[in-house]
Amino acid sequence: MADMEVDARGLSCPEPVLLAKNALESMAAGTVVVLVETVTSRENVTRLARGMGCAVEVEEAGDEFRMTIRKG
Amino acid sequence: MPEEKNTLRRSITRLFASRTGIIAVGIVIGVVAALLQRLGNPPNMGVCVACFERDIAGAVGLHRAGVVQYIRPEIIGFVLGALAAAFAFREFRPRGGSAPIARFLLGVFAMIGALAFLGCPWRALLRLSAGDGNAILGLAGLAVGVGIGCHFLKSGYTLGRSRPMPYFAGLMMPLVMLLLLGLLAFAVSFKEGHAIFFSAKGPGAMRAPILVSLGAGLLIGILAQRSRFCTMGSIRDVVLLRDFHLISGLVGLVAAALITNLILGQFRAGFAAMPVSHSSHLWNVLGMVLAGLAFALAGGCPGRQLFLSGEGDGDAATFVTGMIVGAGLCHNFFLAGVPDKVVEGVLVTGGPGYWGKIAVVVGLAFCAVLGLTARQRT
Repeated sequence: MADMEVDARGLSCPEPVLLAKNALESMAAGTVVVLVETVTSRENVTRLARGMGCAVEVEEAGDEFRMTIRKG
Repeated sequence: MPEEKNTLRRSITRLFASRTGIIAVGIVIGVVAALLQRLGNPPNMGVCVACFERDIAGAVGLHRAGVVQYIRPEIIGFVLGALAAAFAFREFRPRGGSAPIARFLLGVFAMIGALAFLGCPWRALLRLSAGDGNAILGLAGLAVGVGIGCHFLKSGYTLGRSRPMPYFAGLMMPLVMLLLLGLLAFAVSFKEGHAIFFSAKGPGAMRAPILVSLGAGLLIGILAQRSRFCTMGSIRDVVLLRDFHLISGLVGLVAAALITNLILGQFRAGFAAMPVSHSSHLWNVLGMVLAGLAFALAGGCPGRQLFLSGEGDGDAATFVTGMIVGAGLCHNFFLAGVPDKVVEGVLVTGGPGYWGKIAVVVGLAFCAVLGLTARQRT
């Protein structure tokens, strides 16, 4: 069960990364699920999360990616 | 077999997403651009997205500045190369519908800003690597413009979501590029003295061979689509996220172009009367502040917008169309900067004229209002 969910589908660069960053910074520890549509957004959010020391899991569902980011 | 193909795709994707990958792409672009100049493209303009789109606008008669008219194969290659890479890696996603007219006008004003400076961020980097000191002012302006854009983004700026589009809608810009390629290949003349126009002198007449230009464009299109190379994004990621991934590609580009220029004898340091450049310092800065801000608000530099339009991004295609139309406006209304000249041994400093300066200020005001007011509606 995610503590927060960020729907960044259809948003252009760098909005998905900013939304994910804000969500991760708002919690000390927990899980954020980020939904994105493009591989670029998936790569960018992954880079951000790893840079913040978080674990990232990605599931591909049709034309979308569901990214589960664990902090702490 | 399909599993092996997927594994290969993933390995290549990981390579391009790595620091090494983006630096390698920057190096290739820097070398190729300097070589294109050697092979005939205009000085310090091996590749310039703004200048080359301006040449295309002139070729189809959207403006009548006789010295800057040519269907540049590099631009065609950028879009078709990105399309091929997107297909090969299953990243072709037709999408669009995010504030089209705002994106179109951002494209128009981005071109007005870039032509006040005389070049896009790519050319600014190439000018720097060839010794043109005015590029430093342009790049400083670009950084300020992107910085202002970052401030708006942090405050919640958005043009709203794009939506999936019908498959064919994603092919619009690639099809336009194929049409342009046909017009170029067959040197179509619709009527004596009418389009298609090809410059007989000036920068528009300086061209690398068509197949070389097209091949270089395709190569850069493929590499840039895979690596997400973006000049504006490079600065934005440093300012917003302290992420130095993309900007390491720019460092690779400048270093590689500098070395290639030194080897080829294309390096000359200075400020005054540099090739297709002016030393009106204030307007070099302000022109690129406008361009950088417009790129930041639209989500990509002019090269990136071409690559995205090859991936099926209709919003990027709208921005590109705005830039091409903007180039027509720039020359029809005398908004573009004029290069420095030396007349009888005396330097005549160029730069944008009265209306060009007004247009830059209007563009800055437009971007400021958009940046301050475009927010997600709930």
